[in-house]
Amino acid sequence: MPSEVLSDAPAAITTPTRSTAPARHLIEVVGVEKIFGDVATGHRALEAINVLIEEKEFFTLLGPSGCGKTTLLRMIAGFEHPTTGEIRLQGRDVASLPPRERPVNMVFQNYALFPHLTVSQNVAFGLEMLRWKKPDITARVQETLSLVKLSHFANRKPAQLSGGQQQRVALARALAPRPQVLLLDEPLSALDLKLRKEMQFELKRLQRETGITFILVTHDQEEALAMSDRIAVMNTGRVQQIGTPEEIYDHPTNRFVADFIGEANLIPGESLGRRSDAVIAIRPERIEIAGPGVTPRITGVVDNATFLGSDTLMEIIVPGIRLRARIRGAAKLPQGKEVGLVWETEAERELLD
Amino acid sequence: MLNKRSAYWLILPAVLVIGIFGAIPLLISLVYSFMSANPYGGVQAPMTFGAYVQMLYDQDFDGSLIFMPDYFWIAFRSLYLALATTILSLLVGFPVAWYIVCQSPTRRKILLTLVSLPFWINTLIRTYCWILILRDEGLANKLFGWLGFISHPLPLLYNQGSVLLGLVYTFLPFMVLPIYATLERLDPRLIEASYDLYANRYQLFRRVIWPLTKPGIAAGTVLVFAPALGSFLQPDLLGGGKQLLIGSLIEMQFTSSRNWPFGAALSMLVTFAVILSLAWQRWRSKRAARAQAA
Repeated sequence: MPSEVLSDAPAAITTPTRSTAPARHLIEVVGVEKIFGDVATGHRALEAINVLIEEKEFFTLLGPSGCGKTTLLRMIAGFEHPTTGEIRLQGRDVASLPPRERPVNMVFQNYALFPHLTVSQNVAFGLEMLRWKKPDITARVQETLSLVKLSHFANRKPAQLSGGQQQRVALARALAPRPQVLLLDEPLSALDLKLRKEMQFELKRLQRETGITFILVTHDQEEALAMSDRIAVMNTGRVQQIGTPEEIYDHPTNRFVADFIGEANLIPGESLGRRSDAVIAIRPERIEIAGPGVTPRITGVVDNATFLGSDTLMEIIVPGIRLRARIRGAAKLPQGKEVGLVWETEAERELLD
Repeated sequence: MLNKRSAYWLILPAVLVIGIFGAIPLLISLVYSFMSANPYGGVQAPMTFGAYVQMLYDQDFDGSLIFMPDYFWIAFRSLYLALATTILSLLVGFPVAWYIVCQSPTRRKILLTLVSLPFWINTLIRTYCWILILRDEGLANKLFGWLGFISHPLPLLYNQGSVLLGLVYTFLPFMVLPIYATLERLDPRLIEASYDLYANRYQLFRRVIWPLTKPGIAAGTVLVFAPALGSFLQPDLLGGGKQLLIGSLIEMQFTSSRNWPFGAALSMLVTFAVILSLAWQRWRSKRAARAQAA
């Protein structure tokens, strides 16, 4: 179950408290449920969602498609409204407010730039709607365009830009009003791998420089691990675990998280002489071949070994399961050879569901 | 690979179609408009500017020309009615197109069929139906009487209002369909992005939807304005012949008046007005494109 009380939350960061209610967290999603269609028969997209997000945090909603992460993001933006539960921003319930009344901006998947406006007109859009004064708009647009390194493209139309540049325009457009929260819906999914890596750093830099809370939605676990301060792993409309990348990777609390984040061998408890209802998760890189004289924890037969340069990926058949092990360096072991496997006890995670 | 010369042959069908159905009839009209009327119909020599002079001047018995603005007013009224038809069609047609786009795909299909359904019935018959609805003992007056709104039948038929109603009714689909086509291609996320960036409904329409549907609006405007300007069925039947429009006037020249050159000259006038409106639209859209590029 997700840890609902975030005892590890950085206590030093407190939001400016409002006179009415002392808000400890920037965003509080409390007991949110979303049912599309009829309440009795409709599709339950989100169930019992409790998430607390801190100021200046880079928070990621991670999960496979259909897990409800985008629905949750769209709820924070105001495009969807919860069936039950509250969404509080600085202690104020905003669940029923329309998007335009929330100090929250969004970077859409595929960007949704206004095709008839130039780059600078796109970036100015939000400020114009907020009825800023002309000189202030000009100054902010220039400032924001230079933040995303697009000053030279101010007068281009979106169609004249590459995918990566369009991405930056979308970022600038959403950042220009300096929202309290920036929502990013799979922002990097349309970019090629090299550009994606570049933009990961870029997003981290922007978040640091602006001090705005970022909430990212992604299905890419590497992206989530690389960028986030904290991650909420979601599946089938529920939050599976919330924690820092290290916590999620090293201490998964259930099978789904262990399996979804990185790679994990899930070994039935009885194979290792444990409780029969438990599953033991071990990362492939924590498994080693037992040397001579060492009692193996488990023995199996080598099925194949793939040399990957820095290490070798081995698949070992143990009665009933197939284990994957990443062995340092080149481990040339022939197929069919019997090997013993060892790992440190602290590498094991006992999972009960 | 085709070489350049044989590639030209491929556009021949298009040239033939445009030539036979567009250019040649127009050219014949142009030539006829400079000839003299044959009292039994058709045209005869000599070539003359008479037909164009006739638009504004009446010839006295002694051959002197007297200024006569009747035809000018007919042209003016036609232009004004065509413009009013276009504006009303836009005001009614845009919300209709918007409503259709907002429906589910199956309902869209049904509604689009409904919009284009009138095309399957002859315009003449549909216009007569309006007479049945609007006349003193017609459906509308009966309904109002039954509801107790009126004691005497309202004069709904044979005035400018009934002509305008008939024109808007006839040409509305030509406004709805092109606007629908552009609205359908509008990315709904642009609407979400506008709301996310603090736009209200009016700003959303003014700043995003209107500019992005302009091509459809322009197409609809031309498709309604051009035929409305030359229409004669609706003014004749629903205006009771009291509201003579340029379309009816042209029709008369080729039938009862047997003045083909004058009819052809008036046709040229209408054609010229339509070309002018097209050119104006092109100029406007080009200027808008330049303003945005700058």
